[in-house]
Amino acid sequence: MDDAIMISINGEQCAVEAGQTVAAVLLSRRQWRFGSSPAGRPRGPLCGMGICFECVVSVDGVADVRACLETVQQGMQVRTDA
Amino acid sequence: MHERADVVVIGAGPAGIATACTAASARRVVLLDSAAGAGGQIWRHRTRATLSRTARRWLSRLDGSGAEFRGGVSVTAVGRGMVAWTARGRHGVISAETIVLATGARERYLPYPGWTLPGVMGVGGLQACLKHGMSVRGLRIVLAGSGPLLLPVAASCAEAGAEVVCIVEQATVSQLVRFGAGLWRHPGKLMDAVQYRLQAFTAAFHAGSWVQRVTASPAGLVVDRAAHGDVERIRCDLLATGFGLVPNTELAQLAGCAVEQGRIRVNERQETSVAGILAAGETTGIAGADAAIIEGQIAGGMAVGRAAAHDLPLARRASQLRFAAALQRDFALRPEVLALATDDTVICRCEDVRRSAFGATWDARHAKLMTRAGMGPCQGRVCGPAMEALFGWESAIARPPAFPASVAALCDHCATISQLEA
Amino acid sequence: MTRAPDLIIVGAGVVGAACAMYAAEAGLDVLVLERALPAGGVTAAGMGHIVAMDDSPAQLALTAFSRSLLANLATELPPAVEYERCGTIWVAAAAGELDAARAKCELYHGHGLHAELLDTRSLASAEPHLRPGLAGGVLVPDDGVLYQPVFTRWLLDRARQAGAVVRSGVAVHSLSRHGVLSSTGPMAGGATLVAAGTDTSELLPVLPIIPRKGHLAVTSRVPGIVRHQLVELGYLRSAHAMTRSSVAFNVQPRHTGQLLIGSSRELAGPDRSVNHEVLGQMLARAVSFMPVMANIEVLRVWTGMRPATADGLPFIGRAPDRDGVWVASGHEGLGITTALGTGAMIAALLTGAEPPIDAVPFSPDRIAEPAEASHG
Repeated sequence: MDDAIMISINGEQCAVEAGQTVAAVLLSRRQWRFGSSPAGRPRGPLCGMGICFECVVSVDGVADVRACLETVQQGMQVRTDA
Repeated sequence: MHERADVVVIGAGPAGIATACTAASARRVVLLDSAAGAGGQIWRHRTRATLSRTARRWLSRLDGSGAEFRGGVSVTAVGRGMVAWTARGRHGVISAETIVLATGARERYLPYPGWTLPGVMGVGGLQACLKHGMSVRGLRIVLAGSGPLLLPVAASCAEAGAEVVCIVEQATVSQLVRFGAGLWRHPGKLMDAVQYRLQAFTAAFHAGSWVQRVTASPAGLVVDRAAHGDVERIRCDLLATGFGLVPNTELAQLAGCAVEQGRIRVNERQETSVAGILAAGETTGIAGADAAIIEGQIAGGMAVGRAAAHDLPLARRASQLRFAAALQRDFALRPEVLALATDDTVICRCEDVRRSAFGATWDARHAKLMTRAGMGPCQGRVCGPAMEALFGWESAIARPPAFPASVAALCDHCATISQLEA
Repeated sequence: MTRAPDLIIVGAGVVGAACAMYAAEAGLDVLVLERALPAGGVTAAGMGHIVAMDDSPAQLALTAFSRSLLANLATELPPAVEYERCGTIWVAAAAGELDAARAKCELYHGHGLHAELLDTRSLASAEPHLRPGLAGGVLVPDDGVLYQPVFTRWLLDRARQAGAVVRSGVAVHSLSRHGVLSSTGPMAGGATLVAAGTDTSELLPVLPIIPRKGHLAVTSRVPGIVRHQLVELGYLRSAHAMTRSSVAFNVQPRHTGQLLIGSSRELAGPDRSVNHEVLGQMLARAVSFMPVMANIEVLRVWTGMRPATADGLPFIGRAPDRDGVWVASGHEGLGITTALGTGAMIAALLTGAEPPIDAVPFSPDRIAEPAEASHG
């Protein structure tokens, strides 16, 4: 795709494609872990459709955003280490 | 924010789209979905060129229908004539004469050792991420579980440049043959099945087999595949497992609609037990996109006061329901896959509850009370069906809000709803 | 159990469970019958706040005594009970409430209970997320929170260790002279104790228990936002109000990092559905005291029925005009706190021992007395 969009992932600038979800972007980068369970165990996306809440990340400072439902936007700040 | 519409349709998959298109001829229709775009799980896309002709036709009908589509919206509650919703940073209540629940289905997951590891996803989850631009080029992928979704997702992965190491289906060859034979009665589905075969990727297909456990190693995932008493060790980067579909009935439950055998009870006019609330598609029983479209058309007709049953394709619908029954029979879960979770296996992912925390004589409510299983953000949508499959525990009742909502959003919802009720 | 038990307890909520523990440990042969699920009724819907409450002298005596019993058991409680002595802060919103705060402090001191007067600054440093400019409050450091379903289970386990038998799924339809008529047939017992919460009046119509509906909301995990259980000083005013509904700021930090947001009181009959007007007021009140709350996500909302009595005190003792029938019910919103004190009192009364605190104010016989028996 030619319409490249720049977003920041944990502070690193990345070129992504329009229409990608944040989850798709992170998984494309082979980032399997998105966050932790209450007991601190690593977790990543499961359902891909907004029901399991295992893919929640911080987007533009807002916590607990479901990465699988969130489409990338120019300048978006994503954090998986928040 | 409060607004009015004639019809609110919740869920923009085939059923919701068909409902909206049909109703929009004469009514002001708002169509809501949690995803950014319309399509639901089966017609999820980034560009329409990748979709089937049927999907493209319905999506362009939707464009021209006059129905208003809103993506990124989670519906938190449905009551008589009211739909409360939240989106990132926004929320509101829409009042409407008719509400149509087209909330579709989600995947069923069965817990096994290692299923919570990053890199282990749902089959439908992997498919959704693929459709949203996840690159799988060069990845070694194992797909496992049960149901007709395994093959098409494997095909999509292969097409996108992944190395599909193998497909592991717990149903036996004879079950699959019976299911395949039945497809003759459903020509649309048969064509799909043939196409998947024609793509002729080289992956091994193991029937009567299942993933017993998965562990993480520095070089990726290590999967133990069981069949006929043997265990084969497989290495991969990504493991996707799923065991069929479960209707999403939470909103219906909150609205007081009767739910039977895990699906919303509807009559032949798609009416639920609550006046003014209709339901269509997988949420009324897993029967595939074709049935969902028909049900959506019926629901949309009802919403504009066209209830004439004779011009509704009831016979086709009956055929789709037979397909649903075949799905249940031919992909029935074998006892071995229901016994994979060990004491140490997490059952409720949200609250990190392991199997050993449960008592043998409990039920879902007991488990919820004593261990918080099902009380996390997913509200039991993942562990509920798993506990039902593993232990026979019928899911505990749904509580509002159907999806997490900020205190501010709930305050506003309550203020609006109580004004409307007054 | 082949011979008839000394005591049949109807109801395995937190009160029935505590009574079972103390009675069994006092040497009685105890059978507990639970209609549905232990801790699954009134107990499950509650907040798990352990609080010394001074609505009346008798209430303060019972809550403080119960709290001290829990403190003595603290080292034995398993981690899953999630008991934390986080303290309560009674928040005084306006300067006019500081007199009430001072009086509360002095009252507690007078009963040998720890309490500390907070001014604007010390309140803000104790709870930085409260809105600025609140007048102050009272910190009661020995109050706490726990997870009451697991606490109830632990009490029942202790009762079992002392020989009690607990049977779930057995409903009691009526009381007979020498036992109960249950869903599995008649059962004989030396005495019967009704600890059936809001269902008590069905078995003992002479004792009116009024269901007082409450709403609670639980949030996602936001550890550190709230450190103490926070209750507005005006809470008792809300608790007293016999108007149709009232709300008060009442927020609890859970062991999980979640917040429980309360509280509301409604006389709504048996209707358990969410009242949007009341829930909205309750949440708005929480936001007004703690603006940061607006953006915190609520995972779940539910309602519960407090078993209330007309005078605000539970019925603990022998049922009026019924031989062999005892009652421990009507604890309204304080059942989790006062279960232990109730159990200790019941065990003493049943065995003819001296009650650990004055049992007279709680005697069910008071319903036959003139109205001045009600609290001041």
